[in-house]
Amino acid sequence: MSMEPTPSQTIGPFFHYALFTEDLSELVAPGHPDAIRVEGKIFDGAGDIVPDAMVEIWQANAAGRYNHPEDDREDVPLDENFLGFGRAPTDENGSFSFLTVKPGAVPGPDGSLQGPHILVSVFARGVLKRLATRIYFPDEEEANEHDPVLASVGDPDLRSTLVARSEGGAFRFDIHLRGEKQTVFFDV
Amino acid sequence: MTHETTLAGYRRADGDPEHLYPEYKSTRLRALDKPLAIQPHTLSEITGPAYGHGKVRELDHDLTRQHEGEPLGERIIVTGRVLDGDGRPVRNSLVEVWQANASGRYVHSGDRHPAPLDPNFTGAGRCLTDGDGRYKFVTVKPGAYPWGNHENAWRPAHIHFSLFGEAFATRLITQMYFPGDPLFEHDPIFQSVRDPKARHRLVSTFDLETTEPEWALGYTFDIILRGRESTPFERPHE
Ligand SMILES: [Fe+3]
Repeated sequence: MSMEPTPSQTIGPFFHYALFTEDLSELVAPGHPDAIRVEGKIFDGAGDIVPDAMVEIWQANAAGRYNHPEDDREDVPLDENFLGFGRAPTDENGSFSFLTVKPGAVPGPDGSLQGPHILVSVFARGVLKRLATRIYFPDEEEANEHDPVLASVGDPDLRSTLVARSEGGAFRFDIHLRGEKQTVFFDV
Repeated sequence: MTHETTLAGYRRADGDPEHLYPEYKSTRLRALDKPLAIQPHTLSEITGPAYGHGKVRELDHDLTRQHEGEPLGERIIVTGRVLDGDGRPVRNSLVEVWQANASGRYVHSGDRHPAPLDPNFTGAGRCLTDGDGRYKFVTVKPGAYPWGNHENAWRPAHIHFSLFGEAFATRLITQMYFPGDPLFEHDPIFQSVRDPKARHRLVSTFDLETTEPEWALGYTFDIILRGRESTPFERPHE
C-alpha cells in the first residue's frame, strides 16, 4: 500500500525552547584528542545573516561507519558512544558551531568511495522545506576528486560551495540560502 | 567482503511546497534560486540518527502536567501513527512538538504578541512512537496568533511537529492544523502546499473515540514519512 507523505512546513521562528532542551552541538567531549570544530554563518539572498535557523548534522565516525542498522559493515569499527548527530541554532550573528570528529570515507554507489563528508539539514523561518547539503574537507583533495556526489555537481564554482575552508584551527562552512553565492543544496 | 544487493533509496516526496512562495514574505530572501542538485541516495542518506532514546521522560508527552497548576484553555488529546510511505509503522522514533498557549502566545523571547503568557504552560513536548508507530500528546488547543506577514495576518491554530523516521532522507518538520479553521484560506504558510489533497494531509480529524468524557476533546493526526524505493541499488562492497 503506497501512501502519500505528509507535506513539509516551515519550522517558524519559535522552536528554540522546545528543540534545544540540551546542548547537541558537541558530538564528542571537548577534550577528545581528534576533536575538530566545524562552524559557519548562514546568509540570506540579500547577504544578511540568518539569526533564527536550526542546523543539524549527520555523519559517520572517524573510521567511516554510521551508527545505524543499515550500515552493517562489521569490518569497520562501530563506536557506540558516537551517535553522529548534532543540532545547533544560529545565534544573533547568524553563526553555528559543532565540535565533532572528522568522519572517515564511506562507500558510494557502484563500488565508489565517497570523500569524508558531513550531511547538513537547514531549517528556518521562510524555509518551507528542509535544505540538505554536504560539508567536504579542504585537506581531502584527492578523496574529493573521486567523490561521486561532488562529481555530479559539474560546475567547479558550485562544487566549491560544498568544501569547508581551514580557518583559525577550525573548518569554516558558510551557507548562502539564495543569490550569486548560493550553496548547492541536494534533492535528498 | 561483498554484501547482498539490498540497499534501497527513498522515494522523493510529492506535495511539498516549493521553496519560494512569495505570499509568504520570508521566502523571498530565503528560498534557494538555483535548482536542487540531483544525487543518488547513498549509505549517508539511507542512514540517520536514532536520537532521543533514553532522553524522553515520563511526563514529556503531557504538556498539561509540566507545572504546578493546570494550564488555561481547552484540554485536548492529539494522537496518531507515524507510518512510512508503505503504511508500515515507524517504531521507537522521536516525535517533538511545540505550540502557542491557548491565547496564541509562545514562551519565546521573540514572540511579541500582546497576549498573556500562562505560567502553567510551556508548550513543548516529546515522546517516542510505540510498536504500532503511535504517539500521544495531552495539551491545550493553541490559539491563533497575528504575525507581520501582511495586513491583518493571523496564523490558524497549529502544533509544530518534528520527526526523524529511519533515515536522513526521511527527516520532516511540519505543522498540524485543526479541522474547519476559517483562517486556512488566508494563511500563506498553509497555502504554500498547493495541492489541496496534500494540504488536507496537514489537518487533524476530530475523533470521538479519542475524546475522553468530562475531560478532553480528541484529535487524530497520522504522519506519513517517505517510503522506500522498491528497487534496491547495488550494495557498497569493498
Ligand atoms: Fe507557530
